[in-house]
Amino acid sequence: MRYIPHTREDVERALAKVGAPSIDALFADLPQALQDPDIQVPTGMDEAGLLAHLRALAAKNRPEGPNFLGGGARRHFTPSVTAHLAMQSEFVTAYTPYQPEVAQGILQATFEYQTIMSELTGLPVSNASMYDGASAVAEGVLLAMRQTGRDRVLVSRGVHPETRAVIATYLAALDLELELLDLDPYTTPTPGVTDDVACVVAQQPNYLGYVEDMPALTGAAHASGALLVAAVDPLSLAVLAPPGEYGADIAAGDGQTLGNPLNFGGPAFGFMVVGEELIRQFPGRLVGETVDVDGKRAFVLTLQAREQHIRRSKAKSNICSNHQLTAIMAAINVAALGPAGLRDLAVGSVANAHKLADALTAAGFAPRVEARFFNEFVLSVGQPPAKLRSALARSGVHAGVAAPAEYGFGDAIILSATESTSAADIAALVTALVACGEGRALEVRNA
Amino acid sequence: MPEWSQAHAQLPLIFERSRAGRRASQPPAPEQADLSALLGAENLRQAPPRLPEVSELDLVRHYTQLAHRQMSIDANIYPLGSCTMKYNPKVNEEAAKLFQDLHPYQAEETVQGALQLLFELQGDLATITGMDAVSLQPAAGAHGELAGILMIRAYHRARGEGEQRRIVLVPDGAHGTNPATAAMAGYAVVEVPTGPDGEVDLAALKARLTPEVAAVMLTNPNTLGLFERRIVEIAAAAHAVGAQLYYDGANLNAIVGRARPGDMGFDVVHLNLHKTFTTPHGGGGPGTGPVGVKAHLREFLPVPVVAKDGERYYLDEDVPNTIGRMRSFYGNFGNLVRAYTYIRALGREGLREVSGYAVLNANYLRMRFKELGFTVPFDRVNMHEFVAQPPAGLRTLDIAKAQLDHGMHPATVYFPLIVKEALMVEPTETESLESLDAYVETLAEILERAAADPAYLRGAPYSTPVRRLDEVRAARQPVLRYAFEG
Repeated sequence: MRYIPHTREDVERALAKVGAPSIDALFADLPQALQDPDIQVPTGMDEAGLLAHLRALAAKNRPEGPNFLGGGARRHFTPSVTAHLAMQSEFVTAYTPYQPEVAQGILQATFEYQTIMSELTGLPVSNASMYDGASAVAEGVLLAMRQTGRDRVLVSRGVHPETRAVIATYLAALDLELELLDLDPYTTPTPGVTDDVACVVAQQPNYLGYVEDMPALTGAAHASGALLVAAVDPLSLAVLAPPGEYGADIAAGDGQTLGNPLNFGGPAFGFMVVGEELIRQFPGRLVGETVDVDGKRAFVLTLQAREQHIRRSKAKSNICSNHQLTAIMAAINVAALGPAGLRDLAVGSVANAHKLADALTAAGFAPRVEARFFNEFVLSVGQPPAKLRSALARSGVHAGVAAPAEYGFGDAIILSATESTSAADIAALVTALVACGEGRALEVRNA
Repeated sequence: MPEWSQAHAQLPLIFERSRAGRRASQPPAPEQADLSALLGAENLRQAPPRLPEVSELDLVRHYTQLAHRQMSIDANIYPLGSCTMKYNPKVNEEAAKLFQDLHPYQAEETVQGALQLLFELQGDLATITGMDAVSLQPAAGAHGELAGILMIRAYHRARGEGEQRRIVLVPDGAHGTNPATAAMAGYAVVEVPTGPDGEVDLAALKARLTPEVAAVMLTNPNTLGLFERRIVEIAAAAHAVGAQLYYDGANLNAIVGRARPGDMGFDVVHLNLHKTFTTPHGGGGPGTGPVGVKAHLREFLPVPVVAKDGERYYLDEDVPNTIGRMRSFYGNFGNLVRAYTYIRALGREGLREVSGYAVLNANYLRMRFKELGFTVPFDRVNMHEFVAQPPAGLRTLDIAKAQLDHGMHPATVYFPLIVKEALMVEPTETESLESLDAYVETLAEILERAAADPAYLRGAPYSTPVRRLDEVRAARQPVLRYAFEG
């Protein structure tokens, strides 16, 4: 009996105490007709067989090879110490810290996480984490609607398409639709904002990789009393102006770039950081500092009157479990890197992305570098992106996040670089592009 | 106060350990880049973030000492009702590492193993719950609830009844997420009282079942740990007025392998993989909340779902009337790997044993609690958990705090709301009888001592890293981040 400690004597002793003839007899409340359905799950495996099965599945994946994939998740350098510390049993197998006297580990680590996110975003109040970037931005939109009492939502097309899709799902629950702000052609022009708009949502750097004029967007929103929701990559904030500096009201996004494994897209964590005037409408858990009866500093979940377990149908969100462990992992990683190390990763990513663009230009390709970009940019290609992605994968290179048709670039992909992108990786990509027929496309274009 | 012996000195914050110039790692050195030229001087950060600067050993000591201030399943019995704090097998962690370097946007042919695992897990969860189709996308139980209620909403709208159905019925003992979810989906919430037998009051439910009801949300077994024996009749009554029946899967671990919500008449389920299927709770998440539906709701599932065409597995975005995306990418994949590993380790027979021993342990503990003088308000054979009240004159909170001194985590306290001074106890199947006996004996000592010295309980805990906190101060004067000096 895997993971069950009971001996035969234990079972007899327990049944005697309960006064039941058998374990099955304890289920007498279940209508007989419902009992013992035919469940089609294979027979259990011993550990060696199980691991062999899983390794065989894993062998059908190919994670290795030069990687130019971004689109909201990237493989950055992560010190070995990060996972070792984050994956300690005491953090991994604890529950939500409802008994603070014996949960100071999670609580203090979360308080430190909140401080780190506040420093990075330049806004004062971070919650303890959300699910992921997309749902965090969607919750940011709902927060802006509660705060302003308005229900129009303007979203830049530069916001990640999946984030926009999640905002749309959350708004549909209220019979509302988001309104798109088009790009021109790389960034969002300053929109006209009327006084029935709850918020403007923009992403920095945007989905295509380009640097938005966030102060202008913020100014336009504020001019009519709307809030600015900034969807940001936290790693970029080691270099780029933080949302608090340009006056954004809500910063939200995905924390994967702060040192979470890629995990095929999850779990990483979402974050949300806001101005103090938004605290009462803020969703999610908050850890605060206080003292114990002896006057000793201590940390505790606070302002819980916003949350579902207290307010039920009047709660600010239904969120209960957040992504605490992966958020703490990010805090540990930031502490392991320090401000200099975090900046090194951001600067290295910017530098290598520009080297990549230069190398492509030198090889005769036409990366779209007319606008300022951070570590991703658009490359026009001569074939449908889905086909090119597969061809590049056969050449051993992971590249080609699609730039969807909505952006008006025709067949185009988004390329991403990090501090770890090497000259050899770049050479491999150029070679692979040529091998996949992009060289011929080039000749046709240049002819 | 002996057992919970921890460092009592105040632990500095990581920021207080910081010294300018220290580093705990050596990332690749970047090439020089003229950031002003590349990014625009006006787009650059003016003041650097104040982040910790520590050596690697400082960092290790800090987080190791923090870990030592944290109770966990791996170190302590943790019988939190409704939370299912059972052992999280280590092989699950090894399995997750095998897949952790996959990027979500890799070409499909380079992630066939991952997609196959997801496809098989969809099938496993469907057959375990008796549902026809599953989406693995939601990131937590409450997120799955939202997906489920949005599907129900889409279903009624597709039938032209969206305007008419404005109400979701929720028992008064329900998890707080149920009413919060219904409200988030735009519904008015109407409570259904619990009857004298601890189950949904069927007459009251029927009285509230009108053509305005969109859904009835139920947990079965319910939050008192009792199986809703009239579930088939409840389902028929809900369906008779065109309402859908929603299964909150938080307590599936009580019946897994023995009965299925699909067979009971539920139309939608969400599962908490961190409860029934042993993915770690991580101090509050990440959870994972897949949703399963009957065939008539398949067209509304959140996208993507994983499909198979011949030998090829692929991400299917083409669900005709999908409610859309709930989050980015494909769900909490790392946890999906852990749950798959657990299901395949146990197999069909093993899953049936999980519920059997969970229920045996909970009933054993209920009998022992009664011997100590606790009251069990709905005293009959319970399922995976039971709700008790302390002996007269004692407060649940005080008993819970006293348990902390003994390295034992208390039960869930003051929930469900319908029982005064409730303790909701869920030992799970992975605790041994010796462990349960020790838990009870410690409680007996606490009660004995409380009888001799009433002030003792009010002062507990005494030996924990910090003692009772001033929670009022935390809420009245919120300090939500470190204030740097100067």
